[in-house]
Amino acid sequence: MPKITYIEHNGKTHTIEIANGLSVMEGAVQNNIPGIDADCGGSMACATCHVYVKEEWFNKLPKKEDGEEDMLDMAFEPKKNSRLSCQLMVTEQLDGLVVNLPEKQV
Amino acid sequence: MIKTDALIIGAGPTGLFTAHQLKLIGLSCEIVDNLDKIGGQCIELYPDKPIYDIPAIPECTGEELTNNLINQLKPFDIKFHLSERVEEVKKNNENWEVKTNKGTEFSTPNIIIAGGVGSFEPRKFSPKECEKFENKSIFYSIKDKSIFKNKTVSIFGGGDSALDWAIELSKDSKINLIHRRDEFRGAQATVDKMNELEKSDKINLFTKYQLKSVSKKENLESIEIEHDNKEVKSLKTDYVLGFFGLIMQLGPIANWGLNIDKKTISVDTEKFETNHKGIYAVGDICTYPGKLKLILSGFHEGALAARACFKLARPNEKYRFEFTTSSKSIKNRLGVKE
Repeated sequence: MPKITYIEHNGKTHTIEIANGLSVMEGAVQNNIPGIDADCGGSMACATCHVYVKEEWFNKLPKKEDGEEDMLDMAFEPKKNSRLSCQLMVTEQLDGLVVNLPEKQV
Repeated sequence: MIKTDALIIGAGPTGLFTAHQLKLIGLSCEIVDNLDKIGGQCIELYPDKPIYDIPAIPECTGEELTNNLINQLKPFDIKFHLSERVEEVKKNNENWEVKTNKGTEFSTPNIIIAGGVGSFEPRKFSPKECEKFENKSIFYSIKDKSIFKNKTVSIFGGGDSALDWAIELSKDSKINLIHRRDEFRGAQATVDKMNELEKSDKINLFTKYQLKSVSKKENLESIEIEHDNKEVKSLKTDYVLGFFGLIMQLGPIANWGLNIDKKTISVDTEKFETNHKGIYAVGDICTYPGKLKLILSGFHEGALAARACFKLARPNEKYRFEFTTSSKSIKNRLGVKE
């Protein structure tokens, strides 16, 4: 299974195997990783599963769909490498992905 | 103090249908919601998005669903307390005493929390110093636009609220419009109008900028904004407005001594009662083994919680199950003529 690494804002690192087909957000929620709220449950209606994707990974990810950038306007401290983790589906190609979590989601 | 058989917190689909169920079995109820309109997430987050899994309704939008639920409540007289948030809950003998942020007080044996993911609050600026100026020179909504006349106003955001206010206030104020990227998500006509005003120097536009800091002095005089490429600009400004949409926060509910896990409240699956007798949780905010966060689950949970309310509201009566197709008393309550 692909391994995804989540780095909390305080630097605490969690590397977890996540089944193909789940989103990076679902992987975090199912494994109780603090720092991803996912209030709307993955319907791209909030911005509380916001993550920063490490540079080298950012360009390898599937492009943002319409609406994700709009939601990111409402995220806490969005940056150029911001994504909503509910929109990142785990596949073998994502094995080794590293995401940093923002200081807070709301 | 308002006396009612049940108080519902949250006017989303679950809260509305729960009210219907309470009235159908002859109980009174009132509804409190922090938003200024009825409908909850359906109306605030996805009014135009189609929903495909409401039983017997192949497709409807969040707004249509809300309107249908409101129509279904028409036979009943239900008092809504909008733009109010429940702050305090305390036990007084057999009843719960509830107080809102506007000072409305209720006494009721039953509280049904249908609060979704919590109450909607505006998302705020991240620099901490902003708090100090909130509601003085930094605002997240506008109540009185006259205070901005002949002043410099810096507006942050890229949606319709930010654009609409930039256009409106540009008539009598100097406007800086700041957005984190160079695309706007407002209606095209609004974006065009804003671009026009920018060309005629009525609006100063700063794209790919975000708020970096505000002045640390007693009065807000200037702010610093930072470009994607780290360049920092200082802007003189009298007022700052932020329109970043709404976020959901559990708020005071977290302090009522309920069993809360990951922003949801544990309930049983017979009455949907919490660890406090007479306080129930239904819809997205409740959790139990197998919980599905679907609107249809909220309807079921509300129907059962309503029956549980009967016992505490009418301790000396026995609840009799009846069908709407055949019950005379239900038809009377609905105002249906035989």
